[in-house]
Amino acid sequence: MSTSTIVRLPDQSTARIPRMNFLSRENGLLSWLLTSDHKRIAILYLISITFFFFVGGALAGLIRLELLTPQSDLMATDTYNKVFTMHGLIMIFFFLVPSVPATIGNFVLPMMVGAKDLALPKINLLSWYLYIVAGGLMLYTMAVGGVDTGWTFTTPLSTHYLNTHVISAGLAVFVAGFSSIFTGLNFIVTIHKMRCPGMTWFRLPLFVWAHYAASLLMVLGTPVLAITLVLVVLERTVHIGVFDPALGGDPLLFQHLFWFYSHPAVYIMILPGMGVISEVISTFSRKRVFGYTAVAFSSVAIAVFGFFVWAHHMFIMGISNYAALVFSLLTMLVAVPSAIKIFNWSFTLYKGSITFETPMLYAIGFLGLFTIGGMTGVFLGTAGTDIHLTETYFVVAHFHFVMVGGMLMAFLAGIHFWWPKITGRMYPEKISQLAAVVTFIGFNLTFFPQFILGMLGMPRRYASYPPEFQILNVFSTAGATVLGVGYLLPVLYLTWSLKYGKIAGNNPWQATGLEWQTQSPPLTENFTRIPIMDHEAYDYEWLENQQQKEVASA
Amino acid sequence: MPDSPAIASSGAATAVETAHAAAHPDYLRHHFESVEQQADTTNFAMWLFLLTEVMFFGGLFMAYLIMRNWYYPAFVEASHHLSIFWGTTNTAVLITSSFTMAMGVWCAETRRKKGLLLSLILTFCLGLVFLCIKGIEWHAEWVQHHVPGLHYSVESFVNPASDPEIYAEYHDRALSPAMALRTEMYFFLYFAMTGMHALHMIVGISILGFMILRARAGSYTNGHVTFVENVGLYWHFVDIIWIFLFPLLYLVSRHG
Repeated sequence: MSTSTIVRLPDQSTARIPRMNFLSRENGLLSWLLTSDHKRIAILYLISITFFFFVGGALAGLIRLELLTPQSDLMATDTYNKVFTMHGLIMIFFFLVPSVPATIGNFVLPMMVGAKDLALPKINLLSWYLYIVAGGLMLYTMAVGGVDTGWTFTTPLSTHYLNTHVISAGLAVFVAGFSSIFTGLNFIVTIHKMRCPGMTWFRLPLFVWAHYAASLLMVLGTPVLAITLVLVVLERTVHIGVFDPALGGDPLLFQHLFWFYSHPAVYIMILPGMGVISEVISTFSRKRVFGYTAVAFSSVAIAVFGFFVWAHHMFIMGISNYAALVFSLLTMLVAVPSAIKIFNWSFTLYKGSITFETPMLYAIGFLGLFTIGGMTGVFLGTAGTDIHLTETYFVVAHFHFVMVGGMLMAFLAGIHFWWPKITGRMYPEKISQLAAVVTFIGFNLTFFPQFILGMLGMPRRYASYPPEFQILNVFSTAGATVLGVGYLLPVLYLTWSLKYGKIAGNNPWQATGLEWQTQSPPLTENFTRIPIMDHEAYDYEWLENQQQKEVASA
Repeated sequence: MPDSPAIASSGAATAVETAHAAAHPDYLRHHFESVEQQADTTNFAMWLFLLTEVMFFGGLFMAYLIMRNWYYPAFVEASHHLSIFWGTTNTAVLITSSFTMAMGVWCAETRRKKGLLLSLILTFCLGLVFLCIKGIEWHAEWVQHHVPGLHYSVESFVNPASDPEIYAEYHDRALSPAMALRTEMYFFLYFAMTGMHALHMIVGISILGFMILRARAGSYTNGHVTFVENVGLYWHFVDIIWIFLFPLLYLVSRHG
């Protein structure tokens, strides 16, 4: 491991952060609140989603503490219901959905396509304000007593039987949905219309392809969730229901409409993460992503297939056997493009010059954890086994492997990878490698036991459980503590690095993306001249030639 | 350190910059290269936004069609209590407003300030007329106790003769009490759908009001017509939603 680094930093005794950059250009609170610079909006988003991540994380901590013992003793059972509901709502709609797209995507996507900004800068800012309004509504909901329907708003439970704050929570998700729609819309338009000369579709970094696919889902899926929530809110206020069987409505219709969004939503959450992994794996193995075209199309395939699998959430809800059969088969189809990605990343590593900087550690963690998460998804997609496993901790473990093991790992990989670009400074390497390892260990300790618990039949969403399940739950809670440390560490050292980190220079990783060929932190206009893309994506030879030319001319 | 020279070969960059300086009107936003790119981009964004609207209304239409299939007799008789006269009038009003809106876009493109103002004002007024007629209809439903959730009464459906005018026209049979209850579902969906549509109308009318003020000051007839075009697209879209709502809600039993 002694020589295994690709990091090339400028001479620290002479290096300076460029005097003119997007951070130094204007000062004051208003220059941030009224900005239309995609990079500043990305930072606003980063701060807000980190806040909500820790709120959701604290709730997760409460859940794990309660489950330390078989009885319900830390909190009353209905409090527990509220805690897991708020955990789900906050983590999904206020962290996972906007996590990579609204922060990293917002920051680097326009630079990757060689544009000065997203196509609609003001809509981008509006999207952040909608997020804040929605977040405020959600915090209000929590402050006045929370909501206990589960994040799925299941009817008629949510419309008829509960006296918690379904309306404000529903409105919060409604507004957050529009924030997400505007982000997706902006990305699609930008990718279509704002590419620089020479930037053809198949020269785009795979990060952009992944965001394109995720944006399609945001734009097509989210409005359906929005109208569904409108109907839930109307049903609760007017007491007439298309979803309430007592009033002639159909609760299954709610499930169909809800999962029509909420299943694609898991691809909204994971696809941008996959984009990050493509960039990181290529950079740290010094090779073009193996099977570029296949990986690019697999993102689109996931998005397309993703729209035709929603009823696998409903196998035990009384849909017909034939529907179950068809949706079961279609679900397995999604495994194909996902596997294409995993295999192609593995082949990228093959005979690559691999180095193990922090982003790469997170990315490798992603490969393992996402594979487990994805494979267990096939168990759940199989109608027969699903009937045994659904509504148990197996499902909880499965989606946490994909969402936390997959997406959160990818998010952290991306944050570390682009941190030098965003701030102009390096994070401390050793401690961040430690954090990556701690996160990986903590994660497995937390969620692997839950697979076994689910197999044994422990149902999800209960505050108490039979005493024989305690040992595995203790493991899980202990793991959650380790995981908590793993997440706190980056907050501390990344904040520290803002002032004390080493000067990163333009391209510390020797990466090929256009965003690395400009100063860090970038200018408000991103580039001094509109770039012209004259090579393929991930062309490391091109990069070497460039650097030799630079040395020669200097 | 210089910027990586790979970013732009200098010749091409100069060409871009010259083109830049030649055509740089003040409505060209800083991050676009040309007016064409800007117009293209915002147009595309508008189409995408309309796509999200299609999905949004799609959920409602889906719910409506399923319920209508389940409770067809209730939906037929409930629809008889809407006024086809007002519905048709409103359809005509809205289609006319789409025409005046299209005229507005044409006037903006051909830089006819007076024509643009007239078209926008006409569209604005027709939009208001639509809302007023919708208001008349909603009032009628309120009077007949057909507003769901508030003071709904199934009297007209278990005893059709209680409403002599409609009975004379359709000779509806009395529904069973269970089916009569489902008429409330019809009116719920009716109010949800027409309400959501009216909300879109209000948004459109407000934007038109804003545009009339701007157009008086000379905007939109200076060659920069993207905004007018996009509002036009939105207006036509809201119109099309109504074109679907009208037969679905008013003409349930009027086929074949």
